[in-house]
Amino acid sequence: MPTQTKADAPPRQTPPLIAQAKQVSFWAEQAAPIGLVGLVIVFGILSPTFLTLGNIRAMLVAAAILVVLSVAQSFVITTGGIDLSISATMTVGAVGFGLAWQAELGFVLAAVVAVASALVIGLINGLLIARGKVTDFIATLGTLSVATGLALIFSDGKPITVNSSELLTLTSGSLGIFGYPIILAVIVGALGWFVMFRTRFGLHVQAVGGSEESAVANGINAPRVRIAVYLISAGLAGVAALLLVARVGAAEPAINTAFLLNCIAAVVLGGVSLTGGKARIVGPIIGALLLTALTNGLTLLGVSQFYQPLAVGLVVVLAALLTRFQKK
Amino acid sequence: MHTELRQPSSPTKDVLLEATDIKKSFGGVHALKGASITMRRGEITALVGDNGAGKSTLVRCLSGIHKPDSGTIRLDGEVINFATPNDARKQGMETVQQNLALVEELAVWQNFFLGRELVHGPFRTLDRKLMKKTAADLLKNLAVNVPPVTSKVRRLSGGQRQAVAIARAAGWGSKIVIMDEPTAALGVQETAKVEQVILTLRDSGVSVLLISHNFDQVMRLADHVWVMRAGLSVAQRRTSESSGDELVALITGAKAN
Repeated sequence: MPTQTKADAPPRQTPPLIAQAKQVSFWAEQAAPIGLVGLVIVFGILSPTFLTLGNIRAMLVAAAILVVLSVAQSFVITTGGIDLSISATMTVGAVGFGLAWQAELGFVLAAVVAVASALVIGLINGLLIARGKVTDFIATLGTLSVATGLALIFSDGKPITVNSSELLTLTSGSLGIFGYPIILAVIVGALGWFVMFRTRFGLHVQAVGGSEESAVANGINAPRVRIAVYLISAGLAGVAALLLVARVGAAEPAINTAFLLNCIAAVVLGGVSLTGGKARIVGPIIGALLLTALTNGLTLLGVSQFYQPLAVGLVVVLAALLTRFQKK
Repeated sequence: MHTELRQPSSPTKDVLLEATDIKKSFGGVHALKGASITMRRGEITALVGDNGAGKSTLVRCLSGIHKPDSGTIRLDGEVINFATPNDARKQGMETVQQNLALVEELAVWQNFFLGRELVHGPFRTLDRKLMKKTAADLLKNLAVNVPPVTSKVRRLSGGQRQAVAIARAAGWGSKIVIMDEPTAALGVQETAKVEQVILTLRDSGVSVLLISHNFDQVMRLADHVWVMRAGLSVAQRRTSESSGDELVALITGAKAN
């Protein structure tokens, strides 16, 4: 074997943790878990209730919707797209559920209607972007408005009260400190991870995001992948709608913008590049937990609600700055 | 312009690919005006010509990217019509594109099997183990220096990327691998390594169609060379019976055929 030149030397072995910690890239890659641990320590010291089992349980339940949306958004962002309509799609799903419930279709059919009505929005997004060649940002900005409008029109702008025993069980049941909502969210996360990293489709999602041209040259149907990720995003928004209706006890035609911004923030915190190609599922989930812990901790400390968006915004901007130091 | 082609010096040798009188126009531009080439089994055939001579268009017709306006392509004696690059692949013709068609964010083994992944089990999960092993084996057979198959393509040198792309093209039981300027972006050392890879590929029985601007390289690697000028194939030579100077003369038209 000829002597190896520098260019052909194999990449260095992963250095031990302590050596890694000296590099900025380590902090950039691990922003979400490090941030979460930091927040838990700080709030744990500042507030005696923060680390009680009751509060942890409440936090996990509160995080469930955001976790589901973050997994959904992660698929879209991995292709280099973005789904701005995700929270409005969830609202459509919630109103769909409410109307079906009102029509006395029963829980199961109402849940099917919720997911199906959300999928319609996803299909429109996918077709606009993959076939109509409309930029993701613009297409989903449009459907954000369309979906919000449809939810208002169909519900006549009024919340629909839902007294479903199934939803009550969903929102109040638990295994130990893990409420059913977070268990559902973790199942969604595990399925998402499996699809992204263990199936052909997941690899194609990453390939299309990494280089659409190369993906197509290797026979991958990029438009179909794009339509699929928007369907996944919308379908999961429909699942999140069930959690939302369960939590609120009613299907509200609210705008839910905070969920949109927070799920994009969670994905960015989780180390997913907005330019696409770099898939993460666990990172965004931890990002979602971090943002929920942040809001919860600030509330416990009696910080005015007005400061919460400010805090979330600062964390996200900081995370975005850190991602510049990620390893290429 | 009409040019009589000289008969190949040993016409009995096994012809694998034969493209005859290929014409292709883009609007008013006649990129190919009736180009013909043949490739013999187990040889490296070079395609040379000035910029705009029609080399890339001809190769794109062969690999299914363009559909010729007229003319016939025979592979192993059978007339073929490729509608897409995938059709060409299914017939055993792989192309290493100039941009290599690799996804930098993905690992070597993922790029190797991109679009043709191996799956197993009831849930059709990716057979990661088998794919990694197969990719590593194919690379080892071919490449002088083997990048670890789990490293991201982003971390590889230009020569390693080229080797990965060539190994991928060769790894599907291909009869013909078409390479468009495989060393254009490489330094001297890396070029030497990629040339070694190409020769190893030829020695393993794969026929190679090589497009190159580098006459020294053509003389070093190729067994046979076709010269294109203005949308036509104007001459062919055995490299053993020609020289770099003669090729230049043929390309510029200083020597007719």
